[in-house]
Amino acid sequence: MHQSLIDLWYGFGVALQPHNLMWSIVGVLVGNLIGVLPGMGALTTISMLLPLTYVIPPVPAILMLAGIFYGSQYGGAIGAILLNLPSHPPHAVTCLDGYPMTRAGRGGAALGVTMMASFFAASVGILVMIFLSPLLVQIAFKFEPAEMCSIMLLGLLVGATMSRGSPLKGIAMTLFGLLCGVVGTDVTSGTIRYSLGFSELSDGVELGALCMGLFGIADFLVNVNRMTLNPGDAKVSMRDMRPTRKELKQAFFPMLRGTLVGTVFGAMPGTGPTITTFIAYALERKVSKTPDRFGKGAIEGVAAPEAASHSKTQVDFIPTMSLGIPGDAVMALLLGALIIKGIQPGPQLITEHRDIFWGLVASFWIGNVLLVIMNVPLIGVWVKMLQLPYRLLYPAAVFFICIGVFSTKNSLFDVGQVAVFGVLGAIFLALEFPVSPIVLGFVLGPMLEENFRRALLISHGDLAIFVERPISASFVALGALVVLFQIVSYLQLARGPRVSRVSVASSSSERKDRSDEPILGRIALADQPDD
Amino acid sequence: MIPPRLRSKDYLGAVLMISMGSAVAFAGFGYRIGTLTAMGAGYFPTVLGILMVLVGLLIGLTAAPALETGRVVAHGHGSSAFEPRAWGFILAGIAAFVLLGTYGGFVVASFACVFISALGDRQNSVRDAFALACLIVAAGYLIFHWGLGLQFEAFRWG
Repeated sequence: MHQSLIDLWYGFGVALQPHNLMWSIVGVLVGNLIGVLPGMGALTTISMLLPLTYVIPPVPAILMLAGIFYGSQYGGAIGAILLNLPSHPPHAVTCLDGYPMTRAGRGGAALGVTMMASFFAASVGILVMIFLSPLLVQIAFKFEPAEMCSIMLLGLLVGATMSRGSPLKGIAMTLFGLLCGVVGTDVTSGTIRYSLGFSELSDGVELGALCMGLFGIADFLVNVNRMTLNPGDAKVSMRDMRPTRKELKQAFFPMLRGTLVGTVFGAMPGTGPTITTFIAYALERKVSKTPDRFGKGAIEGVAAPEAASHSKTQVDFIPTMSLGIPGDAVMALLLGALIIKGIQPGPQLITEHRDIFWGLVASFWIGNVLLVIMNVPLIGVWVKMLQLPYRLLYPAAVFFICIGVFSTKNSLFDVGQVAVFGVLGAIFLALEFPVSPIVLGFVLGPMLEENFRRALLISHGDLAIFVERPISASFVALGALVVLFQIVSYLQLARGPRVSRVSVASSSSERKDRSDEPILGRIALADQPDD
Repeated sequence: MIPPRLRSKDYLGAVLMISMGSAVAFAGFGYRIGTLTAMGAGYFPTVLGILMVLVGLLIGLTAAPALETGRVVAHGHGSSAFEPRAWGFILAGIAAFVLLGTYGGFVVASFACVFISALGDRQNSVRDAFALACLIVAAGYLIFHWGLGLQFEAFRWG
């Protein structure tokens, strides 16, 4: 642990270098802006800025992308609290108590609590990293191809089944993503696979094109003609943002509990932030002595979900950075960006690329400080931006997507790929297939195949290697448990009456009055690409 | 129980997966399969293709009762996410960019892209779309062509 502290100090040094700090600021600012603007998820933005990362060194690149991610969490809360407009699904829960607080004139306090929750969560995230990383480093040395293969499989399985909608469809999409990863030149044999006659495809599908087509375009397809803003007049001054002592006391334990929920679920690959916030809210309501205050402006109802969301965001990075297993689509994108920069993710990332890992950890804290500093004066600006009509925003975004993809390799073929994936994304959406697992499959596909081959080479063709080695066996066992769990819940559902598992999400949304249903429903549908 | 519309979506999805999977598996046979010890280029994709067919079959079989644990949240919204007009225009906008990028150049392609996609929104009049397109092209030209030196001629043919 002593080593971790030294590394953390080093990380702060890295993160505070002017060059890196600048890109952090860019990321956080853009992320905050995107979070405030409805209809454009962090995923879309990160994929749009992905080409930019090709030309800057890996450390600032990852800092920027990460900054976009948690900056957007911040921005989302602002819209949710002030205008009852959750720009992103995880903040739908925050609306429930945040907006009533605004109507009661305490909107600023709600925002203040959100900021504190985020800060707290970032600190907890850092602590977790400090304690976990020596453990992870030790495990890292024991990781061989068989372990890499089985943990990737586990990650894919969890990602597929825990994503929204039918787990079977999730698996189908993961397979599709894996297949997209296969397209191109096979590393081992040199054979060009599935290039459909296009020589441009011999390099494989372009990550940015895939993501922008599937998520960005899909984002627009879902949101166009559906965004109905209600720009209330929310005027928040700086002084407003300080919560009273009573509110602070009320918010403290919910914040703790929310952070706990977020940390636990964040470490689990595959659970989206939306579910986490719902669970935190539901937990808070169950634990509260005055549950009927919820929905009318209870500050606990803001503190807990926001803390959960922010801590989940931080903790999400852990399996991604340390084990190379992305928790969700955004992490998969970040991983993809790292791979493109030539950095091999996996257990050895912590030891081989100290600057990236610890710089990232340190930047969470720095990023939060930046966000607080920025948001206090800029709140008014954000509120104005919320009133930008979506119908003018998205065509510009389409243009930026096209240009962005084009600029990667000066190739119009790549833009064509965006169109193709846009069509595919549209078809999948219409048929209610979840789109996020595709990215997971795509990013992990090549590595999965390579490790699979290696593992079998080592074992001379014996498949039992995956269960003979203890670490690998435990992952396989976990995977089997996940599959079992899915089968069991399917059978229970098929038998009829509501099961508790399902009603965690539904009860908190159902018991909240019907008037909230449309918002949740709309956001849930808009949620498709992003969760 | 389940509205017929939903069931047919699942069946369509299943059919899609089965056909995709079989196509992939068939093509995969063309590459060398090899053995487990010495896997050829076709091994992995063929396995994936077969798995896809299996999953497709499972989806088709389970298309009737609810398997969707996440669906409860989405139920508040009645219709599906299918908005043919917007989808057509946005995708056409991108296609326009690709086509006109070669036979037109940066300015033409960008203009067409923004203009066409803007028309996808019911609330955008032709005038709105035109104005927005001009604005974006101007800004884009400044940022990308002049500012960032993007290698994309303003006007070109072929």
